[in-house]
Amino acid sequence: MEANNPYRRGLHRWSILLACCTLLLVVAGGLVTSRDAGLSVPDWPLSYGKLMPPMEGGILYEHGHRMVATTVGLFTIVSMIWILRTERRRWLRWLGVAALVAVIAQGVLGGMTVLFLLPWWISTSHACLAQLFFSTTVAIALFTSDWWLAGPETIHEDERHPIRGLSLLAPVSVLGQLALGAAARHKAIGTIFHISFSPVVTGVILWVSLRILLHYPRHRELRRGAVTLLGITFCQVFLGIAAYMTRIAYADAVQPMPLMVTFTVIHVAVGALTMAASVALAILVRRNVPATSSGFAGARAVAAG
Amino acid sequence: MWENQYLKRLLAAPLLFLAACGTGSQPKPEAAAVQNLPAAHVDPATAGSITGRITFAGTPPVMPVIDFSSNPQCERAHKTPWKAETVVVNPNGTLSNVFVWIKDGLPPARWDAPSEPAHLDQNGCIYEPHVLGIMEGQPLEILNSDPVNHNVHAESKVNAAWNESQPPRAEHKFKRFDSAEVLFPVTCSVHPWMKSYIGVSPHPFFAVTGAEGTFTLKGVPPGTYTVEAVHEKYGRKEGKLTLEAGGKATIDFAYGS
Repeated sequence: MEANNPYRRGLHRWSILLACCTLLLVVAGGLVTSRDAGLSVPDWPLSYGKLMPPMEGGILYEHGHRMVATTVGLFTIVSMIWILRTERRRWLRWLGVAALVAVIAQGVLGGMTVLFLLPWWISTSHACLAQLFFSTTVAIALFTSDWWLAGPETIHEDERHPIRGLSLLAPVSVLGQLALGAAARHKAIGTIFHISFSPVVTGVILWVSLRILLHYPRHRELRRGAVTLLGITFCQVFLGIAAYMTRIAYADAVQPMPLMVTFTVIHVAVGALTMAASVALAILVRRNVPATSSGFAGARAVAAG
Repeated sequence: MWENQYLKRLLAAPLLFLAACGTGSQPKPEAAAVQNLPAAHVDPATAGSITGRITFAGTPPVMPVIDFSSNPQCERAHKTPWKAETVVVNPNGTLSNVFVWIKDGLPPARWDAPSEPAHLDQNGCIYEPHVLGIMEGQPLEILNSDPVNHNVHAESKVNAAWNESQPPRAEHKFKRFDSAEVLFPVTCSVHPWMKSYIGVSPHPFFAVTGAEGTFTLKGVPPGTYTVEAVHEKYGRKEGKLTLEAGGKATIDFAYGS
């Protein structure tokens, strides 16, 4: 067990629940933007001066988003307290605190974007922080698993095909692409920037994943991580095309059309999954492919393919 | 709404360095400068009128029928399908909902706004009228005739933008716009199909075309003017004309698909 830290099934399951709820929150936020409902509740933190306004029209989406966000905020508080009380890993304790700070900042950004009438830079920051927060919750779920605590299966880095540095490029480029998408959704830039960058980010993911599959094929964790990221990215590309085509088809629509909303929101949610998968893969690479040949103490060695 | 203002200031304080990025809600200084101008005076003996019509060439676009189903009370308010009013071509080939105003040529002067308010109603989850002309400083009375909640969001760029809720049976709202701005949308995010446009004119010489597609600007002093027509989808067109003392001048605009 890593640093003699015992596995706590309850904490791990709670972390998975938090990550699932956060993905639901990303979907709820995507619905608010796609349904043009961002300003349907003009006040904050209350809604129409109440805790529970009539859930009609756009209020259903905006207040529903606030309700899910409140739930995620409460879950994050529980998660942090649980981690602080039981975890011995100092860095994970800090990660728990960082998650709470992030969710509070996210709530404040959400309130600000309502009160300041959706300025693009606040709305885009809100969208990007949502993605980062989701990746954080996924990472916490990863770190609290028994599989993680069993220790890494280290593998030597192939000097001709290094992977440690390259693995970081995927989450960075995905975050850049998510930021471009969010900026386009909030009308700061044209969609063309998001579309133009998509071959770049897809190429980076292919580069990282194929390097793992071709040069580190015997490492099961890395292989699974790479295949998962590839699969999600494959879906995401087609979802992006579908979302764009529906946007073109309904360019003259006077209200959000269900097909456009559906594809766009799924595209946003799978974007969050892409980000989380790229972060998880980078974590796996840096855990299993140590910088030095000595590896981690107590690690299980696997020969490079 | 004082709570919102307080929260805004509280949240904005650490973000002053980002203010230049623009939440864009401060009134322009031109509004104050107008107050220093001499009061406008039109001699009725020399005043004339400007008339015209807005024609539409080509096949009128088919407007989508609005889906009110997200709110049953909105749906019940319409017995027949209600089409979007983005483009309304009249049977005589003219275009409705075009804001026409004298854009340039009037001598610098302060035109007093009428004290009686212009009205914007929310009725059947539709804004009435679809395009509204109003003078700088003139009160705008906003009504909610619906049994449902609305939010009214003035998406103005020159004037301070605002977004306020208006529950059913709530008191009427009164607003003013201090600077000329032609046109900006007013939207409702509760019902995203609801959209109206407001044109704020610094003088009383403006009109919105209706079912005949014509407009008349009355009591205009003689002079040479730039007249502008603005449509929410087809944009701006302008033309020049000279109005003789006590005369009538005509200017037509043509839009097309």
